[in-house]
Amino acid sequence: MSVNVLSTAAAAVAARGTPLIAARGISKWYGAVNALKPTDFHVGRNEIVGLVGDNGAGKSTLIKILAGAHKPTEGHIEVDGKPVVLNSTRDAMRLGIETIYQYNAMIPQMSIARNIFIGREPIRFSLGPLRIMDFDRMSREAMKSVETLDLGLRDADTPVSDLSGGQRQAVVIARAMHFKSKVLILDEPTNHLSVKETNKVLDQTARLKEQNISAVFISHNMHHVHAMSDRIVAMARGHKIAEMAKDEVTVEDLHRILGES
Amino acid sequence: MNTAPGVPGRRKDAGGQAASILHASQLSSGLKPTSRKSLWSKAISKPEFSAFLMLVAVFAAFQLYTGFFLSYANTRLLLTILPELGIVVLGVTILMIAGEFDLSVGSVFALVPMTLHALTARYGVDPYLALVLVLGLALLVGYINGAVTLSLGIPSFITTLGMLFVARSMSIVAVGGNPLALADYPFGDVLVVNFGYIRASLIWYVGLAVVLGVWLHASDFGNWIFATGGQAQAAKDLGINTRRVKITAFMLCSLLAGLAGIIQMLRTKAPLPSMGTGLELEVIAGAVIGGTALTGGVGSIIGAIIGAILIRSIDNGLVMSRVNAEWFRTALGVLIVVSVVLNVKAGQFFSRRR
Repeated sequence: MSVNVLSTAAAAVAARGTPLIAARGISKWYGAVNALKPTDFHVGRNEIVGLVGDNGAGKSTLIKILAGAHKPTEGHIEVDGKPVVLNSTRDAMRLGIETIYQYNAMIPQMSIARNIFIGREPIRFSLGPLRIMDFDRMSREAMKSVETLDLGLRDADTPVSDLSGGQRQAVVIARAMHFKSKVLILDEPTNHLSVKETNKVLDQTARLKEQNISAVFISHNMHHVHAMSDRIVAMARGHKIAEMAKDEVTVEDLHRILGES
Repeated sequence: MNTAPGVPGRRKDAGGQAASILHASQLSSGLKPTSRKSLWSKAISKPEFSAFLMLVAVFAAFQLYTGFFLSYANTRLLLTILPELGIVVLGVTILMIAGEFDLSVGSVFALVPMTLHALTARYGVDPYLALVLVLGLALLVGYINGAVTLSLGIPSFITTLGMLFVARSMSIVAVGGNPLALADYPFGDVLVVNFGYIRASLIWYVGLAVVLGVWLHASDFGNWIFATGGQAQAAKDLGINTRRVKITAFMLCSLLAGLAGIIQMLRTKAPLPSMGTGLELEVIAGAVIGGTALTGGVGSIIGAIIGAILIRSIDNGLVMSRVNAEWFRTALGVLIVVSVVLNVKAGQFFSRRR
């Protein structure tokens, strides 16, 4: 079965042209542990790719490599068809690959505006090594990005610790939108969220395509993955075991595929 | 795991109604009042504010009790001894915001001036060259503290506790058995010359506080310091080199401790290898009283200044009140606990009111 669906998906790739981001034969060894067997993975333009698999299936390893947090043992990454080396998450971010982690990568004590611009602060002026941030611009642009998501937030100086879990994930999504990321990797973004907030985050993810942002959506909830994705990749024991267009499968199929593995 | 059976269907079309209900509930859940908060209520919810109130109370109490606490002579004395503690508190505060500790500042406070003294008085090294060398030594101590902590994954509490003993022992070794007279330092005046009411050291303190305040609160690197101490993993994932941020803070902390030690040696003209003993805890107390969180990510230069003034005022005020000076540590201990309780409770009070 898996051979079958893999070939179908390969045809779909050809139809979409050069992928935005592609992993070619990447694998990862952690000491003697082979967390990821040689794997191809790609994200096309205006595409949301669902990534499913049980814990330890290699999903996290794969996305950590795409996010620049880890280096592959073998294989390489291509962005817009060109081979790239990602030495850090910063390299990946510079190439337009932004990651939203399940634990919510924000600094709770800091304001929304400061959080959005961490590591990419707009500078008003510099005195040698002293680079002074442009606070007006940070507040203004943070507010603008947050407003597009209808969060009901009116003050970009609010500390993130005052926000709900869903609002926090939304601010992270706003951050990715602000920096015009090409690909957003969402690693279980709805973990620890209430049902209402989960729906909100799913809505925002679905709207990413309006902004020409592609996404990799990772979740244990097959209903969510099926609803969100254009294409779904399933992994088990470090292998890609299936790759299928959303229309080809049902939620039940997804459960069966993962259950069989 | 959230199971929302309705989700697949409501993705685009059916989502509208649900979303509008969501908005209403989110608005009423209380984010709106945050934006209406006045500058005043923002200010009083800051931890520095309760420290400032305590400072006013302490000033008033000592003035009423002694009648001369705020006199020209006594404030002059306070401003003479303040910078030596205050400069160290600046460094420790920034390091604590970055999420690390330094228990070795008291020993570095001695090691740096003692090495300066030994180099010039014993080995006849040019004072300027010696100054450059010992400031380099301070940076090296900070680098070792940071590199050992981060490379080996040891808590900085332990690394710098070790450095506390090493640096103290080395400062005694540096001076050796037979005490030597202090050499003549051409840069002595620049650091400590007496202008009458104030000394040059106060100008250095204020200057350093302003520069470091701007650096910490308004520069991109300052943003990274807060991010690193607030949530190191998140900062790393956002592309911040947290190792570089922390090592910079360690080096700055040691450098300021060494500079403060030199200032004290030049002011007292007494090269004592025991100077700065116990200082590490006083400066951490100063940082904490000024609103710096032990867990990192929270603190300010204003708080560091208020904390240092409070500690020096209580020390001095008790002496002036002719209270047995041994009560100082009791007062300090109570003050630390009270200020942290106030900070925590004030924070809870204001976040509940929002």
